[in-house]
Amino acid sequence: MSTLDILLQQLANGLILGSFYSLVALGYTMVYGIIMLLNFAHGDIYMVGAFLGLAILTTIGSVLGFGWGGILAAMCCSMIITGLLGVLIQRVAYVPMLSAPRLSILITALAVSMVLYNGAMAITDGEYRAFTVDLGFEGIEMGAVFITYTQVALVLATAVLMVTLYLFVHRTMWGKAMRAIAIDKDACRLMGINVNAVIALTFFVGSALAAAAGVMAGVYYGSIHFFMGFVIGLKAFTSAVIGGIGSIPGAMLGGLVLGLLEAFGTQIPFIGSEWKDVFAFAILILLLVFRPTGILGKTEIERM
Amino acid sequence: MSETVLTLENVETYYGKIHALRGISLSVKQGQIVTLLGANGAGKSTTLRTVSGLVRCAKGRVIFLGKDITRIDPHHIVRRGLIQVPEGRRIFKGMSIQENLELGSFTLKDDAERRRRMARVFDIFPILEQRRNQDASLLSGGEQQMLAMGRGLMTDPKLLLLDEPSMGLAPFLVQEIMRIIRRLNEDGVTILLVEQNAKVALKLADYGYVLETGRIVMESDAASLQQDERIIKAYLGT
Ligand SMILES: Nc1ncnc2c1ncn2[C@@H]1O[C@H](COP(=O)(O)OP(=O)(O)OP(=O)(O)O)[C@@H](O)[C@H]1O
Ligand SMILES: [Mg+2]
Repeated sequence: MSTLDILLQQLANGLILGSFYSLVALGYTMVYGIIMLLNFAHGDIYMVGAFLGLAILTTIGSVLGFGWGGILAAMCCSMIITGLLGVLIQRVAYVPMLSAPRLSILITALAVSMVLYNGAMAITDGEYRAFTVDLGFEGIEMGAVFITYTQVALVLATAVLMVTLYLFVHRTMWGKAMRAIAIDKDACRLMGINVNAVIALTFFVGSALAAAAGVMAGVYYGSIHFFMGFVIGLKAFTSAVIGGIGSIPGAMLGGLVLGLLEAFGTQIPFIGSEWKDVFAFAILILLLVFRPTGILGKTEIERM
Repeated sequence: MSETVLTLENVETYYGKIHALRGISLSVKQGQIVTLLGANGAGKSTTLRTVSGLVRCAKGRVIFLGKDITRIDPHHIVRRGLIQVPEGRRIFKGMSIQENLELGSFTLKDDAERRRRMARVFDIFPILEQRRNQDASLLSGGEQQMLAMGRGLMTDPKLLLLDEPSMGLAPFLVQEIMRIIRRLNEDGVTILLVEQNAKVALKLADYGYVLETGRIVMESDAASLQQDERIIKAYLGT
């Protein structure tokens, strides 16, 4: 392979990886934006979304098949159910902690993470599950570089979800309310906005996006397991920080940046792919030292 | 006799152990401008926050248009037409002026009606229309106050609570804001105006209450308050 081919191949890999990171990072950043919670359970939500997607696909596959139709249907169902699970977790675990000190709610998030993680381990006997799909192996050939249609479709699906989210938060009243409660909750209450409902909606959207990423990861890697959410949770957090935590475009950008950096990082001499996590977290540390607000993070503007 | 819009009966509010309101009773009648005066920390904002439901009173009742709203959630109170423009403007910085106004009409489903109301707000505050797509944080203090009031008007209030709208504004801007408050009142909006600037507030108001450390220490029609020795000494300067 020529250098150009290698770069092109890594570009493709990085985009896919980045898509997953971005989708999960969005939930992280949105929840942080509105209630200042680092939702440690978010990676596990992604994992639950993947398992729900697989369960649904297995059930409906006999009717809709295991091709795009079946996968899309399973993904949508998983997004809705996982979204509702996110709302349930928020209601049961987080709402009662909102007025407690910040550390309490952080510990609650860790507890939720453990419940989901260990629950999934118990249900799946701690085993890998094959995510069987029927998509074929056709793709686009560019010299030595080969990109499957599946890869293209995953990146496109991510793009569609992001554009939809962007339109939602900028064009609809509920989306605008979501941005506004990140700025000033009491002012929102005085506008007649039901702040708790908007927070619940934020959890729904964030969890649904994580579920979409989980299902896509299952399709892409071909198998899923109960600990798949752990590392991606950390990576998504890193992505959110890279982009500027609390910022929606920041999470989109941060995920792609991290995915690409990891992919290209594996090509640096002496740094093999086993170093890619080290690479990712080194970036996080450097960023926290030199630009803690992230790429798109805001600096407070105050004018009297 | 004109109808009573808002009544507070012996309202007591605490912040933890701090007894901020120690039994407030007041009433606002249809079409009036009523002002609530008092020094820093007297409890003026707490009174408004209690009425809007942002803080809960421990004792007493709040009645709006004949209905007890003491235990009702803030967003439901807004739906009934009781709107507060809070102290310090609290506009949504980082969002455009237009978006700020739209959020003011969050309770509204009808887009055509939303545009009508926005047109009315732009008619009152033309500066907002010129800069509708700019970030709200770029506005000057006076313009931010106008945006906060415009945002409140998007809900089509029956009763408007204004918390220190003149705060931090140059004298000519204070006059401008007061002129607008009068205009709103003439358009039929009942107003409860909290002010430290007693001079301008009493010029505008029909009736006034004076608050000191969580208690109403004086109440009267605005004209007699303006003449009152104690008010002149404490609030109007010499
Ligand atoms: N969130 C809070 N927590 C604790 N105490 C508070 C809080 N808000 C206000 N207070 C106290 O309650 C009392 C009344 O405050 P409030 O803000 O209602 O006064 P105010 O009349 O609006 O004053 P100002 O003119 O400065 O706005 C003060 O003693 C204040 O310190
Ligand atoms: Mg005040």
